[in-house]
This record gives sequence, structure tokens and C-alpha cells, in this order.
Amino acid sequence: MDKRDKIFWLVLLVALLALPAVGLSRYMQRIISLIFIYSMLALSLNIVTGYMGQVSLGHAAFYAIGAYTSGLLSEHFGWNFLLTCLCAIVFTGFIGWIFSLPTMKLSGTYLAIITMGFGEIVKVLIVNWESLTHGTYGLQNIAKPELFGMTLKTTNNGMYYLCLAFLVLMVLLCVAIERSKLGRTLRAIQDDPLASSLMGIELSHYKRLAFTISTALAGCCGALYAHLSGYVDANSFHSDVSMMILSIVIFGGRGSIKGMVVGAGILVAFPEVFRFLAEYRFIVYGLILIVMMVFRTDGLLGGHSKRPYVFPRYVKVNKEGGGEPDGAAGSK
Amino acid sequence: MALLEVSNVSKQFGGLAAVSNVDFHVEEGEIVSIIGPNGAGKTTIFNLLTGVYTVTEGKIVFNGEEIQNKKVQHIVNAGIARTFQNIRLFKNMRTIENVMIGFHQNTKYNTFDLIFRTPRFRKYEKAAHEKALEVLDSLGFGKYIHTYAGNLPYGEQRKLEIARAIATGAKLLLLDEPAAGMNPQESAELLEFIKGLQAKGFTIILIEHDMSVVMNISDRIYVLDHGRMIADGLPEEIANNQTVIEAYLGKSEDDADD
Amino acid sequence: MTVQYLVNGLTMGLIYALIAVGYSLVFGILKMINMAHGAIYAVGAHMILMFVTWNLGTLPAVILSIVFTGGLLVVYDRSILATLRKKKAPGIAALVTTIGFSQILTNALQIIFGTEIKSFPALFGNKMIQIGNVKFQFSQVYILVVSVILLLGLTLLINKTKVGLAMRAVEQNSRAADLMGINAKGVISVTFFLSGMSAVIAALLLASYYQTVYPTMGAMIGLKGFSASVLGGIGSLFGAAIGGIILGLAESLTVAFLSGAYRDAVAFILLFIILIIRPNGLFGKAKISKV
Repeated sequence: MDKRDKIFWLVLLVALLALPAVGLSRYMQRIISLIFIYSMLALSLNIVTGYMGQVSLGHAAFYAIGAYTSGLLSEHFGWNFLLTCLCAIVFTGFIGWIFSLPTMKLSGTYLAIITMGFGEIVKVLIVNWESLTHGTYGLQNIAKPELFGMTLKTTNNGMYYLCLAFLVLMVLLCVAIERSKLGRTLRAIQDDPLASSLMGIELSHYKRLAFTISTALAGCCGALYAHLSGYVDANSFHSDVSMMILSIVIFGGRGSIKGMVVGAGILVAFPEVFRFLAEYRFIVYGLILIVMMVFRTDGLLGGHSKRPYVFPRYVKVNKEGGGEPDGAAGSK
Repeated sequence: MALLEVSNVSKQFGGLAAVSNVDFHVEEGEIVSIIGPNGAGKTTIFNLLTGVYTVTEGKIVFNGEEIQNKKVQHIVNAGIARTFQNIRLFKNMRTIENVMIGFHQNTKYNTFDLIFRTPRFRKYEKAAHEKALEVLDSLGFGKYIHTYAGNLPYGEQRKLEIARAIATGAKLLLLDEPAAGMNPQESAELLEFIKGLQAKGFTIILIEHDMSVVMNISDRIYVLDHGRMIADGLPEEIANNQTVIEAYLGKSEDDADD
Repeated sequence: MTVQYLVNGLTMGLIYALIAVGYSLVFGILKMINMAHGAIYAVGAHMILMFVTWNLGTLPAVILSIVFTGGLLVVYDRSILATLRKKKAPGIAALVTTIGFSQILTNALQIIFGTEIKSFPALFGNKMIQIGNVKFQFSQVYILVVSVILLLGLTLLINKTKVGLAMRAVEQNSRAADLMGINAKGVISVTFFLSGMSAVIAALLLASYYQTVYPTMGAMIGLKGFSASVLGGIGSLFGAAIGGIILGLAESLTVAFLSGAYRDAVAFILLFIILIIRPNGLFGKAKISKV
């Protein structure tokens, strides 16, 4: 992160921390919490789609697995949210890993369709595995998280701050990934898989790793959502949800962490803000996606950065090294 | 013993022999060129050496170890790295990041270290950055550190590919037509650049069409035609070799087209 | 009983085949999945319904619907996708615009026609035919005959005509084809039109069999058709047809011998298994990438 990024995040964080003091209606709280959750979902998908360049059309399935894991554990054993959430992360990541074993030799269209298929399979399982999931009744009255002797509800802003805290953690994690060997490797794989393997990168290992991390994080989002809304069923994880997550990633700008949060803010809030457009708002929504892709293919905040590469604090660089990041130094 | 010893290597695609019974060797510190007409099988040899293709038959010994049919990653680790005829940089990554990818194998920390920012994470990230800067500095890339590889001038892209290969810690560099598409001045600069690499102790195998480069730089030359080695020797020997001239220009009665 | 299920499975399979062909045609030329194909199918069905209620007669209604729906795809391609191609945008961008397009179409249908399920006339009658133990509707015979004719027609078109040759040329190498004087733009438009046509005909056949239409009717069948095309090897017309038929039969047999509950999962489980064994689908060709 360079200085300007740091300022962006700090201002945003302070604003979000202060926002409930203004007195948000329950409705507004719910929408903003949803934006937090969708930001996290987009951040998680960004690892696979933004960095590695592979499309998943079934991210909602992992979101669902996390939600049901946490919801069911809380229902049956009454465990604390932090524990059920951790279980959701681990279990969803495990399923993601199993899923990745045979599928990560695939890429492009084939990976897209197989993830979408997985999404449908999970939905059918949720509806039909009644002894576990209560079928179409869904999970009802999922307990609100209790932390430090406090029940986190919408009314006491608890859920709002819980989701925000998770979002902060996830942004930090994604920044760490982006600025590490893992992030570099994934972007290299996206740019040129063959050249990557000739640099000694084990493609399938990294594809699986990325997918596992991505799905584990989606599981975390699921857990949050289940306890936020108190109710989930198969329709909470419709394929439209997968499309929404993918749309945020592309709209916000593949690979841009800021883009995920801004993108989620815009796309989730859009149908709510534009309620006066009534049913036309979904048409406008589709139009926005199209227009965006035609005029800004890299998304809102994606594409090459105009700013210099940021070295880690502990690396000393002599100042004169420089040059424009986007080729001004070279003849184009 | 030679650094690289290729004996009796063949590669078939279906019924088609791309390379047949090829023998050659490269001594440590040498610059060896492989030349030959288009489609002679030169790049196939690079693909066999780097494990992109499996050999149908034969043996490749590098640094005392048999590496034929080993995994690509294993061969990189053993110390062979290459560039590509059509530049294959990570275009959407910066120059410094491209070189850091070269250090991939030597950046030894795992996801746990990454998430919890262990001292090990810091140590290897620091090392990767510093080594990348060192390589870039030594090759005169200072002003392009922040530039996205895809935006570099053409000649610099070629050089960056070499820098990236060096970063893997390779002893043996395979350069596939590094002078392709360069004007005479750029070729001349590249020539100096490659000589500089030799002076730094790298061993180099070069595939090249630009004869001014090949004749000026090579310690020895192998000539490949239709997948077979038809000649080898010092540059001046090759320049006067009748078989080679025929392979290139065609015999007088059947004019070969390019 | 089994024969009965096989007959039903085959009918459904042919519908999937028609949808799959629609995906495959576009993918073959543009290497892109048209996520709006399901919505296009729904548009086709609603158009037929509208023209039929205007008393235009069945055949003119179908033709008008084909022209309108196919035209819609062509316009979309010329305005949106062509722009993206010119900008050399990554494939993912085109994919997302088709998701947006699908949203627009489905919601437009909901606004214009309402979200409820509407009844569709049994254009091919609803007479039942019985041969031995096997009972089937007359419209199933229509499905069989029309879809086989259409599939054969498309195959002939692609393999035997000048247009087909041009399509294959563009598929191989659109720039080279362009240099050889082939109108690549025109070829792409024809492809989209044919893709739309196959969707409309699938919609016609299935809607008059089930006698219902609704705006989101294309969602699930779109996903399944897509699976069928990948199953057979996307880009291959023959593969798409076989993939559709396999899928229809597998679904029908699952309902017969296992349970109806898992019907909608069959397509995807099958897809999973096939892709793991044959990563390019049943009839797809593996690409050898040159270094």
C-alpha cells in the first residue's frame, strides 16, 4: 500500500466506524452489513479470478456450505460464533480443496462450467438432504453471535461492527497475499502459465492453494451471513448470487482490493438506492455491467497502476531508481 | 566432463520426427549456437532440454544428472532456464516482479508464514527484493524497475526475459532468437550484453538467425537441418562448410524456398 | 416402463441438444460462452406466444420470432461484443456483458409479460399415441422430427455450404480468413442468428409440449444445455447433439430408477465425471500449444 491507499483505507474505516453513531435504520444497517459481506465474497473470489484469472460461476456454493456449517453447529451444539465460524472456514476450505483436486487441471470455460455445476449440485443437496438441512424450510432462527458477554444484534449495532471487523481482517489478509510470493505467483500464472512453469512454479499446487483459500474465505462469509440474517435456505445461494459476486469482481476491477469494496458498495446498494426505478432497476443494472465492460474493460479500479511499485519497509532502495510504471519511460 | 551432454536424442510427434539422433555437448562457460533453417527443430531441442516435451529416445545429462523427461520445475531447479522465441514475459507485472518470479524456487516460505508474517516471511521477501534489484542493476535496468513488462521497449523486453532466466539461479541459459526483430544497433548491443553474461560465468546456448551475432559471439556452432545435426565446429569452419551452405541456400538444382 | 422413460429422455435430450448447439456455435467462433442463451430461449418462447395471440398463424409467428430473437443477438453482437473484440478485451469482459444482457432480457420479459406462468397453446395438438406399452404425446413426435431435421440441417450447412466453409475458416483463424476476403463480421452475425434460431425452435417445441411459458424459463435449461455442450466437447456440433441426448437420457433414467429429487443434479454430476476423465469433453479435441 502506498500513502494514498493508506489514507483511502483510513478515511473509509473511520467513516464506517462512525456511521452507526448517526443512527442507522435497521434497514440501512442490513444493507451496509450486506455490502461488507459481499465485499468479502468479492475479495475471496478475487484470489481466483482477479489474481489467477480463472472464472468461478459457483462461488455461492461455498458461501452456502459455510452458512450451513456454522448455522447447523450453532443449532445443534450451541457453540459460540467464533468457533462455528472457524469450523465453517476450515470445512468449506476442505471441501474447496477436495473440489480442486480433480478440477484444477481444467481452466477457462471448463472450470467455469464445472464450478457452476457444483453450485447447482449443492443447491439440490440443500433442498433434498432434509435430515441435515431441513430441506426447503431452511435454517430458522439462527442464534445471534455472543462475544464478550454481549449478544450482537442489529439493534445494538453488534452485527454491523462484527461484519466490519471481519472485513478489515480480510482486507489485511488480501493485501498480505497480494504483496507476497503467492500473489506474484498467481498473477504470473494468469499472464502466462507455461512461462510460469518454466520459472519453477508448480501450477497445480498453486491453483489448488488459491482455490482452497478462496473457498475457505467464502465459507467465512457464509457463516457471517447466516448469523446476520438469522435464516437461510437454498434460495439464499441461488446462482444469481454467484453471478453477483463475479460481477463485483469484474466491475470493481480484477485484482484490485479497493475495487472489490467499492464494487460491492455500488452493485449491492444500486437496487436499493434506485427503488424508484421499480422493476426497471435490474435492467439498468444489466446495462451498467455492459457499459462498464465496453468503456472500462479493466473495471473501475483494475488495470495497471500509475503509481510506482511499493517496496516493503525493510527493503532499502536507492532513490534514483524510478521510471514511469506505465511505459512513459519507454517508447511505446 | 561437459556441463551438458546430449546423446542420441530423438523426438517424434505421431509419425513425424522433429529431431532425430541428435548429439551435442556444451562445456562450462561456453557460448554455443545452434543454427539451421526454419523448422529444423531448434526450438524443439530447447523444449526437450527444459522438459516442455518428453524425449522419445536418448539421454540428456546436465551437471552429472540425467534430466530427460524430468518435470519442468525439476529442471529449472537443476539450473537450466530459457527465453522464448515469441517473448513470454508476465506482461501485466512490473519489471521487478518479473524478476522476482524468477526467484520463486528460492523464496522458501509457506502460506502460514505469509498469513502470520513470520520472520521467515520477512527474510525471504527481503532477499527476493534485494536479489531482484541486484540483478536488474547489474543488467542496467535501473530506470525500468516500476514499468510493466508489456510496456517496455522491445529490446528491453528481450533483455528482461534473460534477466528473469538468470534470476532462477540458472547456470545454463537457453536463448531462443534473442536478436529477432532487432535493428543492427540493437543487435550489436545485445551482443555485448550476452558477452557480458559469459564473462559473469554463465554458459549459454543460443538459437539465432542473425549471422552477424552468431559468428561474432559463438565459441562453437552446431548446424541442424530437418532434425539432424549436419555439422559442427568453430564459426569460421561453419562459414565455409559446404553442407551448411547447401542446407541454407539449397543445392543449385532444387532451389529451396524459405 | 423403461422404454417409456427412454422415449421421454430422448425427447428432452433433443431439446438439450438444440440448446447446446446454440452455445457451441457461438463458442466455436468466438471462444466465448453466451450466458444470455437461456434468456434468449425465454425471449423466443414469449415472442411466439405474443405473435400467436395476435392470430398471425403458427408458422408466421415462429418465423417472426426467429427473426426478432436472432436479430436481437446479432444487434447485441454488433454493438457490444464487436466493440470488445476491437479493443482486444479479455474474454472475461465479454462473458460479463452476456451476464448483463441476460439480466436485461429476463427483466424486460418480466416487465412486459409479467412474472407469472402463462399458458402456451398446444401448437402441435395434445393427442396421445400408444404403441404397445409406450404412450407418448404427438408433440413429442414433433420434437423428434423437427430437432433431428434442424440438427442435420445445421450440420449440412456447416460442412457443405459456402457459408459453412466461411464459418469454419473464421473459427480456425479469423484474421487469416479476413485476409482471404471472408467477411468475418458477416459470418459471426450468421452464427449468432443460427444460435438464436436453434434456441427459438427449442423453445417452440418444449413450450408447446409443457404448454407453459414464463420469463425465467430459460435459466435452468440454459445451464443444462451449456453442460450438454461441454459434455460433448464445446465447439463441436456433433458433440453438442450427443451431449444433449446423453443428458436427457441420464436424467430420465435417474428419475426412473433413483429419485426425481436429484433430477436437476444429474446434468452436473455427469459433467463432473466426464470432464475429469476427458478434460475436453467427449468429442472435443485437445489443443497442442506451440511454445
